[in-house]
Amino acid sequence: MAAPDPTMPIVRLTHWGRWVGAAVIVGILVALGFAFADAQILWEDIPDFFAFEVMIDGLWRTLGLAVAAQAGAIVIGIVIALMGRSANPVARWFAWGYIWIFRGLPVLLQILIWYNLALVFPVISIPFVVDAPTNTVINAFAAALLGLGLNESAYMAEIIRAGLNSVDRGQIEAAQSIGMTPGKTLIRVTLPQAMRVIIPPTGNDFINMLKGTSIASVIPYVELTKAASNIASRNLEFMETLLAAAAWYMILVSIASVGQYYLERSFDAADRAHRLRNKVGRSLKLGRA
Amino acid sequence: MTQPLVRAVGVVKKFGHTTVLHDVSMDVQPGQVVCLLGPSGAGKSTFLRCINHLEPLDGGQIWVDGEPIGYRVRNGKLYELRERDVAKQRRGIGMVFQRFNLFPHRTALQNVVEGPVQVRRRDQAEARKKAMALLDRVGLADKADAYPGQLSGGQQQRVAIARALAMEPKLMLFDEPTSALDPELVGEVLDVMVGLAKDGMTMIVVTHEIGFARQVADHVVFMVDGAVVETGPPSQVLDNPEHQRTQQFLAKVL
Ligand SMILES: Nc1ncnc2c1ncn2[C@@H]1O[C@H](COP(=O)(O)OP(=O)(O)O)[C@@H](O)[C@H]1O
Ligand SMILES: [Mg+2]
Repeated sequence: MAAPDPTMPIVRLTHWGRWVGAAVIVGILVALGFAFADAQILWEDIPDFFAFEVMIDGLWRTLGLAVAAQAGAIVIGIVIALMGRSANPVARWFAWGYIWIFRGLPVLLQILIWYNLALVFPVISIPFVVDAPTNTVINAFAAALLGLGLNESAYMAEIIRAGLNSVDRGQIEAAQSIGMTPGKTLIRVTLPQAMRVIIPPTGNDFINMLKGTSIASVIPYVELTKAASNIASRNLEFMETLLAAAAWYMILVSIASVGQYYLERSFDAADRAHRLRNKVGRSLKLGRA
Repeated sequence: MTQPLVRAVGVVKKFGHTTVLHDVSMDVQPGQVVCLLGPSGAGKSTFLRCINHLEPLDGGQIWVDGEPIGYRVRNGKLYELRERDVAKQRRGIGMVFQRFNLFPHRTALQNVVEGPVQVRRRDQAEARKKAMALLDRVGLADKADAYPGQLSGGQQQRVAIARALAMEPKLMLFDEPTSALDPELVGEVLDVMVGLAKDGMTMIVVTHEIGFARQVADHVVFMVDGAVVETGPPSQVLDNPEHQRTQQFLAKVL
């Protein structure tokens, strides 16, 4: 009969499954590596294409379009989110309808509609703003900006709405009790606290936007993807040029990810305090009314 | 007889189809401390929130310092105010909540400075100096740079009192300021409130702390089911209650 004995040696469990899994993954990667090494890719040409002037121009257009569309989407998103919370029922219906349409239609379709607007409205005339032929106002950039930005603004409205809803009602009442107006309450109390909820999905969306601009290549707006395919159609080194563009996308996305990380962390001081507060709150008896 | 600072006349408040305040009237003289007592659900919080128009009334009027809250008098009529004008009226009425409601993204000092600087547009440096004096008054000068999450419940509530006082209110409303606190932290908050009462602040306090009511209240108002049942000096309402509901309630609380 076995009995407790502190000198008995212990045999640790061997995780065979993990070893097998790791071996399979490494095997696949090695095979892929060999395949690419063997593939007919002129690796040494890629750095040249990477630095081509046309490529760099496309890069800037991608970046400009993504930043402009996202910035516009955030501003419009705030307005639509506030309309959705308004006491005015017409404003609420409008916000609902806006999100319904701009989130509901494919981005590509929206871009094409904007680009072809001249077919149905030959002249754009808004008193004191513009009065010009539509096809001079809505060029490829404007059509891409409207298509991407308005689509994203519907998503931003939902993100901001969720953020505003995440702020405790008591916070708004505290602001009111020291005589803050609704606007001041929004700027000083509600929005700063909503940021914790708003920033992560917004960063996610911006990364999506960086890549999503490639859809504008169809109208054609010469952003990074269109630039790469233009270069390729001349030098016929399709894969090499596309890989050079791919490298640029990875760089843009990596920079955006790092930016998002620091932005999230900058709201951490309040966040840390907030979490601590909840811990304290739970240890108190908050039930009595 | 001076003019009452707070004059509530026939206040009616409904939530949907349920009436939670039926014809509540009360006067509070400047410098008086009034304690509102009553069982849970009596409408004490709702009445307090009506005073600074966090809840609009469905009937009656509340006047503070000669102004109807939420309205402007013109040609013998009451014109409803816009939210930003109501906000101006609220500047003179401090409120302290059961759950503190400090701004968690700002330090204790920033919480206290927020009103004077952002709302009253006071000079930043001067506001900070005054805020430090207020934190000192509630015994928290050394916690000026702490975030609310780093403070105990009692400390948070004292910061909340300082934040309300920073607006230099003529009236302070307290809604069960000690009910969310651990028993050993209740005293430090009540001490601050006793000090305020001694300094002549006009206060309306919803509380279950009968000892506090006995010590500082000029007037005790006992509410049940949205109506005032009994009112008078503490010696009368607390020690010789006439109404059966008051007697039952006090038997339970004491
Ligand atoms: N926002 C609200 N919506 C609906 N009913 C409410 C609301 N606030 C309070 N009540 C109701 O009004 C009554 C009085 O509540 P309250 O003023 O909080 O009582 P007390 O503070 O005396 O415990 C209760 O029945 C409560 O359920
Ligand atoms: Mg209450």
